[in-house]
Amino acid sequence: MALKLYGIPMSTCTARVLACIYEKNIQFQLVPFNLAVGEHKQPSFVAKNPFGVIPVLEDEDLTLFESRAITAYLLKKYKEQGEDLLRLKEGNLKEEAMVGLWTEVESQQYSPATTPILYEYFFAPRRGKIPDQKVIEDGIVKFQKVLDVYESRLSQSKYLAGDFYSLADLHHLSFTLYLMRSPWVSLISSRPHVKAWWECISSRPASLKVVQAMTPAEK
Amino acid sequence: MEASKNTMVVKVIGPPYASCSRRVLACLIEKEVEFEIIPIDILKGEQKSPEFLKLQPFGVVPVIQDGDYTLYESRAIMRYYSEKYKSQGTDLLGKTLEEKGLVEQWLETEGQNYHPPIYNLILHLLFHPKLGFPVDDKIVKESEEKLEKVLDIYEERLSKSKYLAGEFFSLADLSHLPFTHYLVHDIGRAYLIRNRKHVSAWWDDITSRESWKKVLQL
Repeated sequence: MALKLYGIPMSTCTARVLACIYEKNIQFQLVPFNLAVGEHKQPSFVAKNPFGVIPVLEDEDLTLFESRAITAYLLKKYKEQGEDLLRLKEGNLKEEAMVGLWTEVESQQYSPATTPILYEYFFAPRRGKIPDQKVIEDGIVKFQKVLDVYESRLSQSKYLAGDFYSLADLHHLSFTLYLMRSPWVSLISSRPHVKAWWECISSRPASLKVVQAMTPAEK
Repeated sequence: MEASKNTMVVKVIGPPYASCSRRVLACLIEKEVEFEIIPIDILKGEQKSPEFLKLQPFGVVPVIQDGDYTLYESRAIMRYYSEKYKSQGTDLLGKTLEEKGLVEQWLETEGQNYHPPIYNLILHLLFHPKLGFPVDDKIVKESEEKLEKVLDIYEERLSKSKYLAGEFFSLADLSHLPFTHYLVHDIGRAYLIRNRKHVSAWWDDITSRESWKKVLQL
């Protein structure tokens, strides 16, 4: 029975899981989901994820939420196929832990720094609100400090966890894609090593599939 | 930073009272791994020194040094040692793929949903007064409301399951110990835990573990 993924590709967290699925060539079914009608607050969905957010993965009788827990599970289950994004086949625990470190950095530093900026720019207008410029400005100041650390790291290492593409890099795709569609592209493009890293990870075949999935259909 | 006395044990750099350091220390004790604390003075800003930033470029504690291997981010450190020493001490990761998936789900829940509001409460109600910074009542109110909603979900979960990931204590439960300790003991918010029967029972259970009692004495 194929895996079922509840979510929408335009959502950063769903796209994070899609990137992993594409890298691992996993058969799956994307279950159509309608946020606009509040499907995520329906009892049948809350029974799957009590936090009422997407994505959710169903694999037979296992239901999982939290996108980074889903990607970790998929990488372990399908470790023999596709890209070895957790260094499991290598059996190198120290490299696996470096992937874990930069996965935590994305989770605790990078995404929390980008979220307020992207929310104000992309999503506040959809809710009839004017973007809060102070939140954006404060967000950019914080995010620049994080990016300076990334620039330094990527001047020593081709990818975040080492000289290999890993889950840590993949987890950055969806938020950074939105950033590259915002007025603040220069935050990335003005840092040569971050820029090179971005060009490299976003041009992978699986990443290009994610870009396509995250592109709204023409009206 | 002081020179280390012993090169054979895991060095945990950071003060023993720092919440993220406590996560790591509790984990190492559960896994029966010897460690040495290298305390640094975070109130004096030692974590922003050039020497420290070479180890942890974001300038926060803890960092571990294990021989010539350096690792930071408390949850990454916990995952590493739980895997490295999976055949000794408490099994904190789960046995099957499915159990591991659930441990990750609830550890991510702690990191993404529980941590942000509780961190704001501890920051504004415990640390800001000590450091002479203002307390933002709006942030405190919003954070408490958010945390209440998360705890309602935990109450429901823990009414069906002894621990967060299932019937076994795991990294997911352990990760909650340090900040919740400050919530209950230092900022007068024990009621958030005590008003919820199953959360309260879970809290009493996980805080009665020897590892946590030892961490509080370090």
